[in-house]
Amino acid sequence: MSNLTKDDLIDFLYEEVRMLDESRFDEWLKLWCKDGIYWMPLDYRQEDPIHETSLMYEDQFMLRLRVDRLNGARTFSQKPKSRCHHVIQRPFVDEMDHEAGRYVTKTQMHYVETRMDEQFMLACTAQHHLVLEDGALRIERKRVDLLNCDAPFGNIQLLP
Amino acid sequence: MTRYTSRSAVEGLVTPYQVHRDVYIDPEVFRLEMDHLFANTWVWVGHDSQVPNKGDYYTTQIGDQPVIMVRHSDGEVKVLYNRCPHKGTKIAIDRQGNTGKFFRCPYHAWSFKTDGCLLAIPLKKGYNGTGLDQTESAKGMKAVGAVHTYRGFVFARLAEEGISFEEYFGDSLSSFDNMVDRSPAGRLKVAGQPLRYMHRCNWKMLVENQTDTCHPMVAHESSAGTAVQIWEEMDMPEGTPKPPAMQIIAPFMSPYEFFEEMGIRTWPNGHGHTGVHHSIHSDYSEIPGYFEQMTEAYGEERAKEILGENRHNTVYFPNIMIKGPIQQLRNFIPLGPDKTLVESWIFRLVDAPDELVARTAMYNRMINAPTSIVGHDDLEMYERAQEGLAADGLEWVNIQRLFEEGENFEEEAVENGTTERQMRNQFHAWVKFMTASMPEALEAAE
Repeated sequence: MSNLTKDDLIDFLYEEVRMLDESRFDEWLKLWCKDGIYWMPLDYRQEDPIHETSLMYEDQFMLRLRVDRLNGARTFSQKPKSRCHHVIQRPFVDEMDHEAGRYVTKTQMHYVETRMDEQFMLACTAQHHLVLEDGALRIERKRVDLLNCDAPFGNIQLLP
Repeated sequence: MTRYTSRSAVEGLVTPYQVHRDVYIDPEVFRLEMDHLFANTWVWVGHDSQVPNKGDYYTTQIGDQPVIMVRHSDGEVKVLYNRCPHKGTKIAIDRQGNTGKFFRCPYHAWSFKTDGCLLAIPLKKGYNGTGLDQTESAKGMKAVGAVHTYRGFVFARLAEEGISFEEYFGDSLSSFDNMVDRSPAGRLKVAGQPLRYMHRCNWKMLVENQTDTCHPMVAHESSAGTAVQIWEEMDMPEGTPKPPAMQIIAPFMSPYEFFEEMGIRTWPNGHGHTGVHHSIHSDYSEIPGYFEQMTEAYGEERAKEILGENRHNTVYFPNIMIKGPIQQLRNFIPLGPDKTLVESWIFRLVDAPDELVARTAMYNRMINAPTSIVGHDDLEMYERAQEGLAADGLEWVNIQRLFEEGENFEEEAVENGTTERQMRNQFHAWVKFMTASMPEALEAAE
C-alpha cells in the first residue's frame, strides 16, 4: 500500500523531461523497469504496435543503444550534437492504484529539437504507465503520440 | 539559363565511371527527369491490396504528377491523373478512401466514372453549341499511358507509347516473385501506414545507396558497432537469446569480405540487386510453423528453394527498392533536385504466421524511420553530399569501384558484391530513358 500523492507522480514526470533536456540520458535510463517499452506510434490512434510500423517501439536494449550511440566517437549525425527542450502541461493523473502500486498519467507537451541552424517543434501527448518498484517509481510503458504522426519528418534524433 | 538543350548535352552528364554533379543539383536536369525519365519508365504506383473494393482509391504521384489509383467497377485497377478536366482542381485530396461509383469534383460537380470517363455536368445546356464535345475536357479525367499489375504491385508508364512492362523489367521480376512466393497463398497485403521520411537531397543518392555495400560498416558503426559492443559487455551466458536489435542492426557491421562475397547482379534497364549468395537477412531466426505451411503449399523442395533465396536490396529503376526476405518496399519520391520523400511500406504474407510481419515492422522502424538511429547517419551522409556538391573545385562524382572497360549493361551479370556496377547500370538506363523521347536538339526554352 503506497501513500504516493498526485504531486509525487507529477514531480516524477517533470524530472524525467528535465533529464532529457539536460542530456542526463544515463540517469534517464535508470527511470525504467527492465522490461519497459517506449512506444511512438506512426498512425493516428494506432492500436497495434507489433504488426504495423511504429516510429519507435523500443526495449531497454534499444534505448541503451540509442543513448550510448549519442556519445560515440563516430556518431556522425550527432557531430555537432542536437539539443532538446520540453514544455509540458500539468499532467493528468488518470489512474492511481495504490494497492498494486500502478499509475497512469497523460501529459501534453511541446517538444523542440535543434541542431546546427535547424529547429523543429512537435506537439505530443505522452501516456505513462508507472509502477512502484522497491519504493521508487519506474516507467513500465511510455506512449508518445505525435499530433502530426502521419506527416513526413526529417531526423528526430533525441526523445520527446 | 538553359544548358541542356540537346540530347548530346544530357548524354554528356554521364561517362562510363563518372557522373556530373548537375544530375543531382541542377533544377533544369530535374525538370527533364520529370518530363522524360519518369514518363518513359515504369514507375511503381501502389499495391492492389490498398484498393480491395470497387471505388476504393489511393492518391500518390508519379514523378511530380499527381495521380489516383482506383478500383474500377469492372474490378480493374486504373491510374488517372488527379485533375479535373474542367478547371484543374484535384479530384481527391485525402490519401485514401472510397468514392462509390463515380468521382465528383468538389468545385463545379462535374462527375466521372472510376475509369475517368465524363459522367455528367450540371446545367449542361450551357455548353450546347459551344464545341465542348470537341475538347479534351469533355473526355473526362485523363488516364496515364499504361498500367500493369504484377502479382499485386501496380506500375504505370505515363507516356502513351514506349517500352512494354515485360521488356522493361525482364528477369528482374524474379525478386518480386520471391517476395510474393514467401506467402503460402502467393499473396501479399499492405500492413499499416508507410513511414514517411523527408530527405533534403536528390532522389538518386538514395537509390544508389541501396546497392552501396561499402558504407554500412562505416556510416553505421555508431549504431551497429555500439550494439555489438553493448551485447559483449552484457556478457550473457552462452545460448541467451539475443535482443531483436542484435538480429536486425548488428549485421550492418559485417566485414568487407561478407559484402564482397554476397555478390551483386545487374539486369538491363537499370535494375539490380545485392545479396546473390547470402545477405544480412540470411541468418534470421526461424518462425515456428512457417516452413510447414510453405511445404504444404509448395512441396518441400520448392519451399526450400524459395526460402533459400535471401536477396538483400533489389533496385527497380528508377525509384523503388524491395527486400524480398522481409517484404518491404521503399519508394524514393522526387520532390525537387534537393528534396526527396522516402516512403517505406511493409507487407503481410497472406496465410503466414504473424511473427513474420512483426519482424518486418521491427526492421522498418529500426532502420528506416525518421526516428531510426541507422537512418540518422544515412540522412546525414546524403545531406552532406548534397551540400558538398556545390563546391566548384570538382564537378564529377565517382562510381568507378571494380569498373571494367566495355561493360555491357544489356546483359545480366553477377559480380563482386562491392562493385559499383549497379550504379553505373542505373546511369546507363538514366541516359537511355532521359533521351528516348528527346529530339536531337531540344527546343530552346521560351
